[in-house]
This record gives sequence, C-alpha cells and structure tokens, in this order.
Amino acid sequence: MAILINRNTRVITQGITGKTGKFHTEQGRAYANGEACYVAGVTPGKGGQDFDGVPIFNTVNEARSATGATVSVIYVPPPFAAAAIEEAVNAELEFVVCITEGIPVQDMVRVRDMMRDSKTTLLGPNCPGIITPEELKIGIMPGYIHRKGDIGIVSRSGTLTYEAVHQVTQLGMGQSTCVGIGGDPVNGLKHKDILAMFEQDDETRAVILVGEIGGSDEEEAAEWARDNMSKPVVGFIAGISAPPGKRMGHAGAIISGGKGAAVDKIATLEACGIQTTKNPAEIGSLLKSVL
Amino acid sequence: MNIHEYQGKEIFRRYDIRVPNGTACLSAADINSAVDAVNSDVWVVKAQIHAGGRGKGGGVKVVQDKAAAVAAANAMLGMCLVTHQTGAEGQTVHRLLIEEGANIADELYLSLVVDRVQQQVVLMASSEGGMDIEEVAATMPDKIHKMWIAPAAGVDTAAAEKLVQAIGIPPALQAEAVRMIENLYRLFVECDASLVEINPLVVTGSNELLALDAKINFDDSALFRHPEYEELRDGHEESAIEKAAAEHDLSYIALEGNIGCMVNGAGLAMATMDIIKLYGGEPANFLDVGGGATAEKVAAAFKLMLTNKELRAILINIFGGIMRCDVIAEGVTTAAQNVGLSVPLIVRLEGTNVEAGKQILADSGLAIIAADNMEDAAKKAVAAAKATQ
Repeated sequence: MAILINRNTRVITQGITGKTGKFHTEQGRAYANGEACYVAGVTPGKGGQDFDGVPIFNTVNEARSATGATVSVIYVPPPFAAAAIEEAVNAELEFVVCITEGIPVQDMVRVRDMMRDSKTTLLGPNCPGIITPEELKIGIMPGYIHRKGDIGIVSRSGTLTYEAVHQVTQLGMGQSTCVGIGGDPVNGLKHKDILAMFEQDDETRAVILVGEIGGSDEEEAAEWARDNMSKPVVGFIAGISAPPGKRMGHAGAIISGGKGAAVDKIATLEACGIQTTKNPAEIGSLLKSVL
Repeated sequence: MNIHEYQGKEIFRRYDIRVPNGTACLSAADINSAVDAVNSDVWVVKAQIHAGGRGKGGGVKVVQDKAAAVAAANAMLGMCLVTHQTGAEGQTVHRLLIEEGANIADELYLSLVVDRVQQQVVLMASSEGGMDIEEVAATMPDKIHKMWIAPAAGVDTAAAEKLVQAIGIPPALQAEAVRMIENLYRLFVECDASLVEINPLVVTGSNELLALDAKINFDDSALFRHPEYEELRDGHEESAIEKAAAEHDLSYIALEGNIGCMVNGAGLAMATMDIIKLYGGEPANFLDVGGGATAEKVAAAFKLMLTNKELRAILINIFGGIMRCDVIAEGVTTAAQNVGLSVPLIVRLEGTNVEAGKQILADSGLAIIAADNMEDAAKKAVAAAKATQ
C-alpha cells in the first residue's frame, strides 16, 4: 500500500538530460525497484536518444503512450518548469512531482488554475519529492536513511524531513511513505491532503507532521486531523526563532501581517490534539512516546 | 525585491494610474529644481526608503511655500529615519520625492497580493485608507473587501463595480476606479509583482482619483524575466553582507546572536536556529547554502559569517540530499584555510557521501569539533560560544 507511489509505479523524468535530472534519475534507479520503475525521460529535441538505457522522448504524451507511465518527476529549470507541469497535466498523468525551486509565483497561479478540473495531482514545486522506502524513491532525498515501516512523514522542507526520517530510523522504526510538499506559497498537495491519505493507508500507523512559519497550511491540517483522524499525529514547526517580516529561505516561509508565526501554529496543533516538540532533535522520540 | 515609492509611481504612470506630479531627488543638487517643478501651493517632501511608517517617523513633510520646501528637503536628505520597520538603528535617507500636495476629500485603500489559500491574486480594498491595513484587519475586519481574480478570466467587471461601491467611491468616479483596478491587475501580472499597494488612494476635492503612495514588490523568483529591474536597485537599501550573499546566491539573514549557522535547506536552517536557542544560545544568522552549492559558494558563506564581529562560534549542520557532504567539506576547508579560523567550528554532517566529507575534514588539519547529531551539535556550539565570551 503506502501512499501515492509504490514498487508498481512507472515514472517519467522530465528534464532527464539536465545535470540534476540525470543525477537524480541515476540515484532513483539505484534505489530499490527504481530500475524497473523509471521507464522514460523527456527532453524536447532529444527524442530517440536514451539515458543509461532509459528511452528519451520529445513530449510527455509520447513517453506516456510508449511506456504506460502515469507519474512524472520534473527537474526542469525555473523558466520552463511551469510549462513542464502543464504538459504533464495535459498528458493526463495521475501524479506529478515538481522538484524545481524558484518558479515565479504567478506561473504557479496559472498552473493551479488550469489544474482545477484536471485528473492530475501535483506535489511541489520546490520540494524534495516522495519516497516509499524499499520500493521507490522519486526526488532528491538520500535513500539510505529510510527504512520500511509504518510511520508516515509529511513536511514542507527537504533536509528537515531527512532529519525526521533519520531519527525514526535510528530509533528502530521505519516509514510507510515520506512526502515533502515543498516550501512555495502556491503549490499542489498540502499537509491536510497527505494526512487524509495516511489516514486511509493500512500500512501507516502514525504520522509526523513537520511544518514551518508562513501561511496556514499546518493549522488547516490540524483542524482536519482533529475532526477526521484516528491515527496519532505528532508535530514540529520550524522557525520559532525566526523574526517577523523576513523570508526565511523558502518563498513561502515568512511571518507577515501577524500571521504564520511558529508559536501560533504550535498552539493550534496542540489545541487540535497534535503533540508537538520545540526540539527538532526529539521529533522521533516524541513519535515513539505516543505509539 | 522592493523598490522606492517614486519608482513605483513611474510604473503607475505607465499603467495610466494617476499619481501626483513630482520629481525624485538623488542628491541635494536636485532639490531646487524639484521644488520649482511643483505646480501647486502645497509641497510634499517624502523620504524614499524601503521601510514603511515614514510619516510617523518624520519622513513626510507638507509645507505651503517654496523656501519651506527647500528647507524641509535639505533637512530630510541625510537624516536618520526611524520607523517601526527600520528597527531602532533607523535608516539614512539618501533619496527624496518632492511632489504636489493633493486636496484630500477621502482616503481609501487598494492592494493586490497572491492569496496562498485560494491560489489566486486577491484584490483587497477598504474605505479606511491611510491606516496600516493590518490594523484595519484587526479592528474593523468588515471594512476590508476582497475580490479574487481568476488568471484566465482576469478582472470580473461586475465584481469590481460592486467592490468600488462598497468602499465608497463616488458614483461619478466608479467607472474610472474599475479601470484603475484593471490596470493595477495588468501591472501586477506583467511586472511579476508579489505586492502592489496604494495606501492611500485618495478622492480629491476636485473629484479625481489619485494614488498618493505606491508600493510595489517584485517576485524574486521572476527577476530572470525582468533584467530591467536591476537599475531600480538602490545600493543604500542593502547591507554589504546582504549584497555579498546575493552575489553568491545565498540566503542570508542577520540576527542578533553570536552563533553563526550554516545549514543546507531553509527548514533545517530554521530548526538549527531554534535548537541553538532552546539550549540557551543565540543564533547570529539564518544561512541556507541551498542545493547544488559549489565549494566556492560554501567558502563565500563561511566568509560572510566571519564578517560578524560578535561571532563566537560557527555551527555547520548539513544533511546531504541534493547537496553532497564532500562538496560541503571541501568548501569548509577551503574557506577555513583562506580566512583563518578565529572562532570554534562545530560540524555535523549527515547524508550523501558523508564518509568522504568527514574524511576531508579530518585530513584538513583544522581544529574542528565533530558532532554526531543535531542535539550534540547545538550543545557543543552553545558551550563553545560561552567559553569564548
């Protein structure tokens, strides 16, 4: 089971001939069932070539028709990334993971608008991707820190997700699926959506929700969990020491107009029955304590 | 990216959004001609700094004669302006805008931002102009009217008409106000803005709509489409450290503390600051070296932190993903050798190529305090900072 991806998922890399796309397709293929899962690449103008045995197509449509793949991962540079997502949506892929950081926010507004009635689910952009341990890794996370298990992890950040994963693994537990939703203000799947999937997933017993300053995504997820979630959820919110009005790296990580502060998010999570820790080194042990 | 009010007003003019006639002064030599150019019996002298709250801090003067305008302008240029957004140290005024005073009958508010929940541009309008909009939102939330704009359809004229009525624009000006909203939205999209704000938008005694202020922020992620914005940058508005960080594509924010942090990834960088604080230390900065950094970039990050005279320790916390630990280790050793380490360096490495990274550090001959995990690293950094104080 797990959520969104597993050993049977078939993946297209969009931007497979770029430096990043190449590197992470190699890494993804080297992980668990990756060699069977990564079935195609797309780079306009390079159709007919192949990368390390993976056939390259000019368009997502061609790649999909030829291989039956239903998922794509995007490593296309920011000026062209929105068009890459649109192409995947128009090709009616089921699930698109966009790793690219630095897409103009209005490009994403247009993408999300054209996606309103589409069949495609988007993860990201500006995210580390998604991994179902010992089955398939789609994204830039280091595979070796993960271990198959029953803990679901959802986070806005990349490396902070790895930190949480690492702690869970070090404590002798493992993960069902780990999802990085990304740090952009306008994006696809939200914390709430992932919680709903984990709630439905037989292989997930408990969830770690990692959030950060900015927006109200974590609050919405917490309120949803309070009303709908039977599985335990624990949380960590990064940025309690962040000053207001400063964008902390991620485009979406800013306390503005008195909204999006870590203390307020933590208060909402706690009020909704989600235990939190203020110590990022204790995310794993907090989870263990509620099992 | 922020720009000045006078630059924002230039852009407004291009989009047929009416603003008062005025001239920017980049030095004292510009003042007399700017004052002479005012065709009114009221002069307004406005300090051009990026921070808000200028009026309350003495950065806006309204005077009734030429001599007073020249005097006010000369006094303002070079003054240190303190507002709620500049911090206690304030900001030196290097540029002015001198413009015609307006006969104000009513003050309104208009702005456009991207609403991250609805994932659309939202127009916010209020009859309560001239106030801080956050204060209006807190005290009179029913005075804020919102209109979401679908990108494919653009501004819905009927909704815009309702909105301009709701904020009390006189009937004779409503059609013009709707056009203004359409132009403002066109500006927002074409200029890749992240914020456009008119506060106040005024109705004048002679029944005109006039944007008395102009605030425009551009989306940093879209700057590649707008090379022309480079000339709008004002070097005075960025600290030397911020400029150096920008040159190396680093995300750096100076804070009050004395423990420098260099981290890969914004979330982990924030969490590292948080844990330093939790163990009784104070972070000196937020610094995300990002993904795909070269040894040169990491070396630059290192040098940036070392410019801080209060620095007592540096904590490097790297969890490799897109970033390889050996690249980081090379950057750290190169920078340390170039700059000369003056404070204790605590390094926690984890992730891709970690063993190679640790080996490079160990072989460097540098006095590096190795940490096994984040908690260990934070404790060691706090202890080291206290020991060197």
